[in-house]
Amino acid sequence: MYRRHASVLHTARAGVAGAYGSALVLLALCFTHPIVLGAVAFTAVAAAALSGVGRDVARAARFAVPVALLVALVNALVVRDGLTVVARLGELPPFGELDVTLEALVYGLLLGLRVLTIVVCAALLTATVDPDALLRGLRRASLRSALTASLATRMVPVLARDTRRMQQARRCRPDGGARTRRAQLAVVRAVTTGALDRAVDVAATLELRGYALGRRPPRAGGRRWSRHDLSLAAAAAALLALVVWGLGSGAARVQPYPRLVLQTGRAELALAALVPAIALAPLLSRRGVGGP
Amino acid sequence: MSALSFERFSYTYAGADAPALRDVSLDVAPGEFVILAGLSASGKSTLLRAASGLVPHFHGGTASGRVRVGGLDTRAHGPGELAAVAGTLLQDPETQVVMATVRAELAFPLENMGFDAAAVARGVEEVALALGIAPLLDRPTHELSGGELQRVALGAALAGRPQLVLLDEPTSQLDPVAGDELVWLLRRLNEECGTAVVLAEHRLERCLAHADRVIVLEDGAIACEAPPRAMLEWAGERAPALQTPSARLFARAGLRPPPSGVKEARATLRAHGLGGDGVTPRSVVRPPSAARRPRRALGRRRAEPAALRARGLWQEPAGAPAVLRGVDVALAPGERVALMGRNGAGKSTLLRHLAGLQKPTRGRVEAQGRVALLLQHPGDYLIHERVGDEAGPLALERVGLAALTERHPRDLSGGERQRLALAIVLDGGEPPAALLLDEPTRGMDRAAKGDLADRLHTLAAGGAAVLVATHDAEFAAAVADRVILLADGCVIADAPAPELLSGGWHFATETARVLGGEGRALTPEQGGELLRSRMIADVRA
Repeated sequence: MYRRHASVLHTARAGVAGAYGSALVLLALCFTHPIVLGAVAFTAVAAAALSGVGRDVARAARFAVPVALLVALVNALVVRDGLTVVARLGELPPFGELDVTLEALVYGLLLGLRVLTIVVCAALLTATVDPDALLRGLRRASLRSALTASLATRMVPVLARDTRRMQQARRCRPDGGARTRRAQLAVVRAVTTGALDRAVDVAATLELRGYALGRRPPRAGGRRWSRHDLSLAAAAAALLALVVWGLGSGAARVQPYPRLVLQTGRAELALAALVPAIALAPLLSRRGVGGP
Repeated sequence: MSALSFERFSYTYAGADAPALRDVSLDVAPGEFVILAGLSASGKSTLLRAASGLVPHFHGGTASGRVRVGGLDTRAHGPGELAAVAGTLLQDPETQVVMATVRAELAFPLENMGFDAAAVARGVEEVALALGIAPLLDRPTHELSGGELQRVALGAALAGRPQLVLLDEPTSQLDPVAGDELVWLLRRLNEECGTAVVLAEHRLERCLAHADRVIVLEDGAIACEAPPRAMLEWAGERAPALQTPSARLFARAGLRPPPSGVKEARATLRAHGLGGDGVTPRSVVRPPSAARRPRRALGRRRAEPAALRARGLWQEPAGAPAVLRGVDVALAPGERVALMGRNGAGKSTLLRHLAGLQKPTRGRVEAQGRVALLLQHPGDYLIHERVGDEAGPLALERVGLAALTERHPRDLSGGERQRLALAIVLDGGEPPAALLLDEPTRGMDRAAKGDLADRLHTLAAGGAAVLVATHDAEFAAAVADRVILLADGCVIADAPAPELLSGGWHFATETARVLGGEGRALTPEQGGELLRSRMIADVRA
């Protein structure tokens, strides 16, 4: 959840901070090499710590670890490529003969690491970019999409609160809130019905605030680009250039099957070094940021 | 030109059998402060929604007649266009705010009206300063309290500097302090900025003194349209449920005219030589209910059998201040107790501990049977498609809903939902040893409150201990024979209701404030008796 802190990322305009976070997400999406993924994950965590949102990012990472492990497990069990068999699990319907290979296991772990890195980068983006400012930009581009996004963003905390209250009310019933499937379904149905009522209320408020007039919000004129806007924009552009260079030159390529090949040379080490250097440098200067 | 005018306007919701508004004609002049009164489902909300353009543009249905807002005909202009001339604030603060930060929320309507960036920035600053919410500008809206959220929503409604503001029970979800602050804010806007106000409100005593005129709705039609005093005289004869406590006090004492507020009531009493100074020698020398008093009271009660008892209850969340600090509470069977205190004092937390929903860090709770808890929002209990599936026939009969078993729970009125939720928590073979209720009167009209008070008396007479957490001093006086006052997680006073509710400003009924605590009269009936006896004594003297 976004909360304004005294940091470079929070001070910068939303579009620039968004581009910075998106560049990190893009790096994690485009590379599977563990050195590069590790560098991106380290960069995201360090940027979160420098921006005062370390806890938010850590919380997201905690939720992502089981998912990452699941990805690794599924890949190891499902993929039949790879030459180095490390375990024979025998016949298991409906999968048939299950042989776990070292290549599938390692590549699964790499995919899990990629999931974890993407979640960490996305959490950094969510915690440092003002959603209202982004929504404002979206409204300039597409009114309908922005309307849907407005409703959705507002409904999340409202419904979370409603669900908590309904669960407590269920526990106040004389039977202590029966845990049968039927009782649970009844609660789910009630929450859904309530969600529709709530959505109607929020939609009425949007009407009353003139959203249906369809006017584009004014450009945020008058605000000059700060030193932080410029340095973050430059960093985002440099990270984007790294992605293009890496993909074009074939650096940090991973060939998982039939035998795992992790290309590790100067190019990979350079990529791993440049990512944190480029991304973290703008965050170190706190001039004009204020706060503690 | 009127700020708002209705010409023979009638409206029926889509699929409804009866019209929600019938042949309504009214005019609101620029700068006027008008109160909409009436029992639940009398058409107040529909009238405000018609004035804001939501009826019929958003809700559909069939309308006839004409509504003009600042000269704009609502048939030709939708809610968005009307928002420039009339700001609207609805009941629930949580669904009234649509953006993530306060600044964005205040800028949102201005951007939609097509203002340029400089005008938006200026509008945000002005409305934030006018409503005293400038310190909140960069706060995320999900962190705000109900009172703060409602202020921000009012700010968004007023950001375009409309000539009219429409408010549908904006204080119903707020505690009394936040509610009073909001009403004072409206008064200031009305007086200093000339904004016309149309306010629908159940607790008339809160706002009547500020009003130029009151419009009473009954079954969707205007039943009375008069200045506050004349409306109270009308209510005395035709709609007693709309009388304020002061007006009922005067009616009981045979005094006229009915006062529109405490100040006016005191002035009338002074004019009649019946006191009204607000201070009596006894209230000056009476010692405040101090920390020693609850200890003595508890010591006395330790020997008595308790239906529910908490001993040394502590709630110390990790990384946050303690919510409860060694609370000792005991309720005897059949006892009716009100739990009062400002927001954040720990009332709801204490109720949850007593009902076993939360485990204390230290201390323990002992109950001589089941403890039933009715939480703040009765709608949260309703999860089935039929009323008959929510609770057993006996429980439904006990709350007077036996005839509605086939209805959908969400089609019930607010008061009926409250009764159904009560039936749900009271359901089951074993009657509860104690019944706990958390703010049960929010958004209720006076008739529904009276009905609930009667039911609680009946349950207590059946042997259940009743504990009601409430901000509503009138309801506490009607229900409780003892009041416990919480502050910062500690019991700071525990005394009989007449003693605690007659000696203060905030934790006092309107009757007690009018009489300055004289005779420890809490209800208009008690106060009326007191004044009559004093008048008789004066005549004899």
